[in-house]
Amino acid sequence: MAILIDQSTRLLVQGITGRDGSFHTRQMLEYGTRVVGGVTPGKGGQTFDGPGGSAVPIFNTVADAVAATGANTTVIYVPPPFAADAIMEAADAGVALIVAITEGVPVLDMTRVYPYVREKGVRLVGPNCPGLISPGKSKVGIMPASIVRPGPVGVVSRSGTLTYEFVYLLTQAGIGQTTCVGIGGDPINGTSFIDCLQAFEQDPETEAVVLMGEIGGTDEQQAAAYVKANMSKPVVGFIAGQTAPPGRRMGHAGAIISGSAGTAAEKIQVFAENGIGVACKPSDVVGLIQAVL
Amino acid sequence: MNIHEYQARQLLRAHGIPVPPGEVATTPAEAERIAAGFGGTVVIKAQVHAGGRGKAGGVKLAGSPAEARLKAEAILGMMIKGLTVRQVLVAPAEDIASEAYVGIIVDRASKRPVFMVSREGGVDIEEVAARNPGAIRRLAVDPRFGLLSFQAYQLATALYDDLKQQRACARILQQLYAAFVAAGASLAEINPLVTNGTGEVKALDAKMNIDDNELDRRPDIAALRDTSAEPPAETLAREAGLTFIKLDGDIGNVVNGAGLAMATMDLIKYYGGEPANFLDIGGSSNPEKVVNALRIITTDPNVKVICFNIFGGITRCDDVANGIVEATRRIHIPVPLVIRLTGTNEAEALRILAGAGLSATTSMDEVVQQAVALAKNQG
Repeated sequence: MAILIDQSTRLLVQGITGRDGSFHTRQMLEYGTRVVGGVTPGKGGQTFDGPGGSAVPIFNTVADAVAATGANTTVIYVPPPFAADAIMEAADAGVALIVAITEGVPVLDMTRVYPYVREKGVRLVGPNCPGLISPGKSKVGIMPASIVRPGPVGVVSRSGTLTYEFVYLLTQAGIGQTTCVGIGGDPINGTSFIDCLQAFEQDPETEAVVLMGEIGGTDEQQAAAYVKANMSKPVVGFIAGQTAPPGRRMGHAGAIISGSAGTAAEKIQVFAENGIGVACKPSDVVGLIQAVL
Repeated sequence: MNIHEYQARQLLRAHGIPVPPGEVATTPAEAERIAAGFGGTVVIKAQVHAGGRGKAGGVKLAGSPAEARLKAEAILGMMIKGLTVRQVLVAPAEDIASEAYVGIIVDRASKRPVFMVSREGGVDIEEVAARNPGAIRRLAVDPRFGLLSFQAYQLATALYDDLKQQRACARILQQLYAAFVAAGASLAEINPLVTNGTGEVKALDAKMNIDDNELDRRPDIAALRDTSAEPPAETLAREAGLTFIKLDGDIGNVVNGAGLAMATMDLIKYYGGEPANFLDIGGSSNPEKVVNALRIITTDPNVKVICFNIFGGITRCDDVANGIVEATRRIHIPVPLVIRLTGTNEAEALRILAGAGLSATTSMDEVVQQAVALAKNQG
């Protein structure tokens, strides 16, 4: 088992012919992800040449692609001005899971996208996220396959490379993962920490969870309350941005401390109060996870 | 992106909001001339991207044009929260009967634009929220419908008892919402929204923050950026496609990804050092980005060592290694470099560095400890 993606994932790639889309489609195919189609308006009927002589059919619209391939998941690499529309097109076409990699989607666009996707009953991960990987099963997005291995730990994070750092530390210590999810660093994203915690709690193969948060907002505090009230599995946490000055946006659009809310110190304290083991530095995660497995 | 008060006032005025007149001066003589034009008492307000201007002495009343010159002289050039004041807004002083607060932010929790209004205006809204949270009325807007008339009226009744003022306020709230959306803002505030002696409702001060992700499709808004109001290194970084924030420490760092960059700063602090900056080179980095990153960091005289922490995913380690080698050839780097490279094309990267007499580690803990030790040795 895993969460959100596994061997049954039948994936579309929106923006398959773009620079990032084509590169990562090849990487996903090499990992064994079942990429069943691509979408690029105006290129319907063509095929995308994958590794080892594989070919992926391209469609003009997501609706056409779903009808022809039975895809249940889509990953979006289209540029920011078109990303909101691409997400809503996918939700309308009836896939179950949308993973939006695109960075730089205007937040006001997301205020419209979120209710649209929700009303369609579709799960959105991202935007501005590295996607997901269920080691040995499926990879959707851009996470490097070389650093993961199958095992009992669920990983959920707001960031990309910081996730890689933690997964790398775990893998080096021989601790594998069920699924690694990057939910994205934007202020409004489709999937929250709590959504992932709930899925990991229900996943029989996941024995413990690592959660990496950062400054800004209150999602981590809500996640901590959820862990205390609803999780039987141990959770280890980390918060990035302890040295970040207030009022400055630290790269991620969501990483800004406004007023007294959203500081790292506050989040770390709430983690500790709710029974989440706190890693003071990334490499501490190994010992903390070993202690609970 | 931050814009100045006078720019936000212009945007609000363009949407029909009653904003008293005001003009910008960059010299005391200009302030005097503007004050003479208005006649009577004027207020001189520092235009900087910082809150608490009043407390810092950046807002002063002047009873005559000559006094306006003196007050402008005092304010122009002063430092407020590390920023130099280069412009002042000169506006006629208003006769104020009441001060309210109205604002919109994009709220992460409800994932919607949320209005906040309060009868307690003229002070920091965070202060009101902490001291008297019941004094703030909130309303989440469905962005597909905008602020509906009845909602605007509901909010207005929370601020005013007089029907005429309620109606004027409701209209302003809808205009504010329109301005917020049109500018691609993440925050828009009128603080204070005042009533004057004759009962008119007016926007006395305005603040807007723009979502950086909106700027590509709104060139008119992007043109409002005042690069003189931000540290030169940050302007340079933005133009080079890097995210850079200067800090006060002595350990420079170059990292890919915002989360890892924050964690690197934190680890520097954990091992007893002080980070000199936040710098994210982003994904798909080409060697040129690395050269620019080093160029920017080496302009900071406090920096004693530069620490690279790269975890290759989209970013290829060999690109970064090429950038480092290229930079050492093209620019003078007066401080030691310590390098960590892991991930995509790591072996190739290590070979490139070795060819130039540089070495690297694959551990984040190790590279940060090296950096802290080097910074200390150079005390």
